[in-house]
Amino acid sequence: MSRIGVFVCHCGENISRTVDVEQVASAAGEIPGVAYACDYKYMCSDPGQNLLKKAVAEHKLDGVVVAACSPRMHEKTFRKAASAAGLNPYLCDMANIREHCSWVHEDKKLATAKASDIVKLMVERVKKGKSLAPITVPVTKRALVIGGGIAGIQAALDIADAGHQVVLVEREPSIGGHMAQLSETFPTLDCSQCIMTPKMVDVANHPNITLHTYSEIEKVEGYIGNFQVTLKHKARSVDESKCTGCGICMTKCPKKKIPNEFDQGHGLRTAIYVPFPQAVPNTPVIDRENCTMFQSGKCGVCAKVCGPGAVDYQQEDRFSVEAVGAVVVATGFKLYSIDRKPEGSPIQGYGEFGYGAIPDVIDGMTFERLASASGPTGGKILRPSDGKEPKQVVFIQCVGSRAREKGISYCSKVCCMYTAKHTMLYHHKVHDGQAYVFFMDARTPGKGYDEFWRRAVEEEEAVYIRGMVSRLYQKGEKIVVMGSDIQVGVQVEIEADLVVLATAVQAQDGADLLAQKLGISYDKYNFYSEAHAKLKPVECATAGIYLAGACQGPKDIPDTVSQASAAAAKVMTLFSKDQLERDPVVAKVNEKYCVGCLACKKVCPYGAVEEKEIRDRQGNLVKVVAYVNPGVCGGCGTCQATCPSKSVELDGYTDEQIMAMIESL
Amino acid sequence: MHAEAKQHDFEPKIVAFVCTWCTYAGADLAGTSRMQYPANVRVLKFPCTGRIDPVFILRAFQKGADGVLVSGCHPGDCHYMAGNFHARRRFAAFRALLDFVGVDLHRLQFSWVSAAEGGKWVEVVTELTERVRAMGPMLEFKSLEHEEQWSAFQAMADVPGVVNTPELKEAYDKI
Ligand SMILES: Cc1cc2nc3c(=O)[nH]c(=O)nc-3n(C[C@H](O)[C@H](O)[C@H](O)COP(=O)(O)OP(=O)(O)OC[C@H]3O[C@@H](n4cnc5c(N)ncnc54)[C@H](O)[C@@H]3O)c2cc1C
Ligand code: SF4
Ligand code: SF4
Repeated sequence: MSRIGVFVCHCGENISRTVDVEQVASAAGEIPGVAYACDYKYMCSDPGQNLLKKAVAEHKLDGVVVAACSPRMHEKTFRKAASAAGLNPYLCDMANIREHCSWVHEDKKLATAKASDIVKLMVERVKKGKSLAPITVPVTKRALVIGGGIAGIQAALDIADAGHQVVLVEREPSIGGHMAQLSETFPTLDCSQCIMTPKMVDVANHPNITLHTYSEIEKVEGYIGNFQVTLKHKARSVDESKCTGCGICMTKCPKKKIPNEFDQGHGLRTAIYVPFPQAVPNTPVIDRENCTMFQSGKCGVCAKVCGPGAVDYQQEDRFSVEAVGAVVVATGFKLYSIDRKPEGSPIQGYGEFGYGAIPDVIDGMTFERLASASGPTGGKILRPSDGKEPKQVVFIQCVGSRAREKGISYCSKVCCMYTAKHTMLYHHKVHDGQAYVFFMDARTPGKGYDEFWRRAVEEEEAVYIRGMVSRLYQKGEKIVVMGSDIQVGVQVEIEADLVVLATAVQAQDGADLLAQKLGISYDKYNFYSEAHAKLKPVECATAGIYLAGACQGPKDIPDTVSQASAAAAKVMTLFSKDQLERDPVVAKVNEKYCVGCLACKKVCPYGAVEEKEIRDRQGNLVKVVAYVNPGVCGGCGTCQATCPSKSVELDGYTDEQIMAMIESL
Repeated sequence: MHAEAKQHDFEPKIVAFVCTWCTYAGADLAGTSRMQYPANVRVLKFPCTGRIDPVFILRAFQKGADGVLVSGCHPGDCHYMAGNFHARRRFAAFRALLDFVGVDLHRLQFSWVSAAEGGKWVEVVTELTERVRAMGPMLEFKSLEHEEQWSAFQAMADVPGVVNTPELKEAYDKI
């Protein structure tokens, strides 16, 4: 007969308000095999844990169930306590009577009955549980950082400075991300390029960083401490090892009129190009779709002029496999597109805002490029249609954001601040111009942020109109903006020369596909999910994978950099050990019963099942059976549910345990 | 709906088999967000829906469950990469089998609830509970109490390769 101890937590009032904890404890005491049951105000507190330890010793308990919050919250805490009391930690389980019960039900009678049932289930599970020993695995002290925006750059530099090898992968031809495109940055108005470029150069020169640009993640295998990541190096058509970055190819390329992505399509580039002059690396790439050589086989000018002979039209995509112990995901965001209707997306466009039809309706990032000294207008604010200086500029905030009916209900967080910044930049450059801002709220929480916003309104003379724009249309050279001022209660109509939309920050294209390769979760907007909203904001639920920057949700630069350094610190903590303890939830094959059909091998998503030959003493082959490599097994249990002879079993989730739980219902 | 619920004024027993990574976490989120749903559901946690043997579902029905919910990660989002695809194939075959033995398939629900979908968990549980409440208690399986019959059934549930018939394909597509 087992001797299980049951500890029912009040969680202050969080559980006891809707669950009669005393009744749950006394009902638990009646379950056969339960030797001790009690309730306590805070089980996770020091006295609570001591209560558990003392009870284990006093009542000679051989298993423990703590009925409290979610195991995702405190399973580790209680397993540690149980272990300190001399119990195998895997014989300690939690009954989730908070998240799954007291917080979601109001009827005390029903909730109490449910809580008792949950306890019963877990008692049955522990009764049939086995002692397990944690598996130790080596840690590869080398990190992969995906995405070379400010988040990825910061994380890579921090990890590399700590003395570890870093592989940084960026899918574009250069690192830099969105920050490289910005003109000046709130809340201090320092020039983005000036603070960004040195960091980019540091990455390029760091002895511990291997940079792969124009590359993507193809496949991810393995687990914490031991990932094998296949990278796809897209054909650049320029041999990086030969190119000296002289740029002569770009001056000679006859295809000169291709809209430049970096300038949001408002500047021009050649077919062989670097995205911007400060690009890292400074190695050009051929845009094959626009290159005459690739399209018609005639040209080849760049190869002819290239001194070191770096241009290579035959280059193909290349693949490499990198062994790493940790991954930092820093893939950033994209902007809600105003010139294209998002294809196949539930999100509706803004037709009423001249969606793609009016050239002088631009987005915030385009304004950044216009205001930037390195931009297509050399830093002059000129409108795209006729190159004239706009005297009346209307900024519209929350385009796409906080509009549930349009498909996005979150706040993009940076638009209030960058719009204030834009009005200032505009005021500095066009002294006789007037900026108007349509806004819902001004959200300025952040150090120095409200002061910055006030400066825009009070000193830089931006006119803020609280209300939304209903419609805008072209009238001659002007754009008529119709909206409401809800503070004064009037309709307003402004004849603008330029309209700037603060469009929503969205997850990157393909963010979901990358998540699927990594096995991490994401929310309905495709932003990556952290393991805990408050206490684990940089970890993914998948061990060994960390998040940094706007890929997790809209973020400004200070928040992005903080999170990147935090992710780096997590990686360094992981790398501080040579060996790592892993959950021993792995499958084992019973070789006596295994008939060697290898159905398990076919279904195992990890490729953990191998064939093993059983031979007699004379060396004759008796049979072939399955063998599960415990280092590779992920512990999903698919093999067990598939095995026709029931000869593979997942530790911690045995048929016996599960059946016992079902029987108890 | 209300009248119907009154008519079958009983508290159905709903058993949910969920995976740790997505649905269990989604149910946690429903808790942290203090959403409300019927207290009829009892949750059994698995590492992955891939671990869920159809026999467990049969056993739950046999042990008095009036409705069973199986829920895991969205296709493509499996923490274990492909466990939920195997689960899906398996349950496609299994549904047809259940239908064959006369269990009303309305009592069995498969769904995908991610870690971020607390609201969806509430919806799924509420819907199934109310549907089963309206259907009344599950009596059909009482005839399966003889153990021999039971083990014969159990053996059938796991024949590999059965998923290739057109009927099963259709059932598979429905999930
Ligand atoms: C108009 C505008 C103005 C702004 N102004 C300011 C400001 O003044 N001050 C401020 O603090 N913040 C500002 N921000 C916010 C700022 O841009 C972000 O905080 C910052 O860029 C986030 O950095 P990140 O590295 O997370 O993402 P990103 O800058 O988006 O970088 C992500 C990188 O990852 C790469 N990548 C994406 N997917 C993959 C993949 N699958 N594989 C490999 N690589 C990939 C991308 O190519 C990119 O290089 C502004 C934002 C906007 C839109
Ligand atoms: S081959 Fe292509 S990239 Fe090179 S110069 Fe000609 S058009 Fe430009
Ligand atoms: S539990 Fe089985 S199927 Fe899953 S990873 Fe381990 S060996 Fe493979």
